[in-house]
Amino acid sequence: MAFLQVDGLDAWYGKTQVLFGCDITLDEGGVIAVLGANGAGKTTLLRALSGMVRRQGRIVIDGTPADQLSPEAVVRLGVAHVPEGRGTFGRLTVEENLRLAAIIRKDAAGVRRDFTRVYDYFPRLHERRSQQAGTLSGGEQQMLAIGRALMLAPKLMLLDEPSFGLAPQVRRDIFLILKDISRSSGVSMLVVEQNAALALDLASHAYLLETGRIVLSGTADSFLADDTVRRTYLGY
Amino acid sequence: MELLLQQIIAGLATGGIYACFALAVVMIYQAIDHFNFAQGEMAMFSTYVAWQLMAWGLSFWLAFGLTFVFSLVMGAFLYLVVLKPVQNASALSQIVAFIALMCIFNSLAGTIWDYSVKPFPSPFPETALFGALVTGHDLGMIAVTLIMLAGVFYFFKFSTLGLAMRAAAQNPESAQLCGVRVQMMTALGWALAAAIGSVAGMMVAYKVFLEPNMMYSIILYGFAAAIVGGLDSPAGAVAGGFLLGVVENLTGVYVPGGSELKLTFALLLIVVVLMFKPTGLFGHRVVKRV
Ligand SMILES: Nc1ncnc2c1ncn2[C@@H]1O[C@H](COP(=O)(O)OP(=O)(O)O)[C@@H](O)[C@H]1O
Ligand SMILES: [Mg+2]
Repeated sequence: MAFLQVDGLDAWYGKTQVLFGCDITLDEGGVIAVLGANGAGKTTLLRALSGMVRRQGRIVIDGTPADQLSPEAVVRLGVAHVPEGRGTFGRLTVEENLRLAAIIRKDAAGVRRDFTRVYDYFPRLHERRSQQAGTLSGGEQQMLAIGRALMLAPKLMLLDEPSFGLAPQVRRDIFLILKDISRSSGVSMLVVEQNAALALDLASHAYLLETGRIVLSGTADSFLADDTVRRTYLGY
Repeated sequence: MELLLQQIIAGLATGGIYACFALAVVMIYQAIDHFNFAQGEMAMFSTYVAWQLMAWGLSFWLAFGLTFVFSLVMGAFLYLVVLKPVQNASALSQIVAFIALMCIFNSLAGTIWDYSVKPFPSPFPETALFGALVTGHDLGMIAVTLIMLAGVFYFFKFSTLGLAMRAAAQNPESAQLCGVRVQMMTALGWALAAAIGSVAGMMVAYKVFLEPNMMYSIILYGFAAAIVGGLDSPAGAVAGGFLLGVVENLTGVYVPGGSELKLTFALLLIVVVLMFKPTGLFGHRVVKRV
């Protein structure tokens, strides 16, 4: 059964409709990518899943209907949303940022284990653990954002342009780690990206979003073979 | 030399008042990321409640405890009923709401308890110390401030709830995504700030006497102390309060015509501190990267 099932999802900012009838399926442990140009509605799609914008349609997460839930309730279904702009708490230390992300968990031993795991993935965060998070570089803040997501012990990660604004080398490192997380922990992932090459390398299936509508879906390979996708989003 | 020492000690005693309020200012700033301009009036109102309870025959500490609880409830109530509906409105609308609150509390207190000046008791022995410059009440007040400081410090630094509250104030959306119930945190922040303010009011009222306008100058110093010390640093705010008290007192004694210039010097101190250290003496520097 699908871990995340979305049928006919609409979303609005005020009176302006931004998403139109989106259907998405994500299997347990699977990774899908949502591609699209700037302003296509990628961020809105994630915000709609998390309950941060007005939306309508069917959303089922891990067997639970989620289209009426508040963001605080969606988190408690095991959904870690790494938001656009990374959502860093600038005046908290790195360690406090991570502690905060585990705030809803009851298993102290598991939280300790995940601290170790995050610091293993990102030794830089360990070096800077007592530093204010606002002083981190863009790449380090993205590491922290992913670290925060891991501290939630999530079943589903929603990642909003994890490559945004990063140097090519840092970008590759981040995606390698995402790959490893997906393989080793069996967490399901929905990655929103403008960088199609990175996203299609990580995901097995992909969706193309244009002005709020899903205009193409299929396996990552079929996307790579698609002439339009290649020319528009891969640039060769 | 001895005079200087005595004046410094007297300044610390006055500074204790400012420190008390500065702590309440920092508390609310941590919880809502703004000032609450009605904070002084809320504290004044709470102090009247304590006075009323004692007028009905309750002991000081019983009235103190009940007023503390009353203020917790009042703080949360005010947020949920008055401030929450306007929290997404423009800054101007919010300021109007704060000013409205100030006026309401002021006239409410005046209407219920009239505008006459009332004496307020002290729970501490009235012995005079250090050449009569400091009283037992001053020391008691400083002790209460330091105890509250320890509590607030522990709360924000080590408790999960304090962490959630700071996060909710700094980045509400991101806090929500971590599962923090942001509205609840804000309400709790208001509750605690109102309660700390009420303690400050009950400590101060013995010195300045109880009347609806008792907080006007004190709250100004409280804000000033919090800014000098650093808005994200409870200890800094308390230190700022003591510093302000000492500077004010020394100005009054050593600068010719200084008693007229006390407030000017205090404000000058703020400007100078902010010029060299914009985050306050003990505030943390935030380097924002883009
Ligand atoms: N807060 C907002 N209020 C109103 N319109 C918005 C808001 N955020 C985004 N939009 C609009 O919604 C559309 C989709 O935006 P978004 O989901 O951010 O796109 P993407 O993440 O794909 O770049 C855009 O036309 C954008 O202008
Ligand atoms: Mg976006």
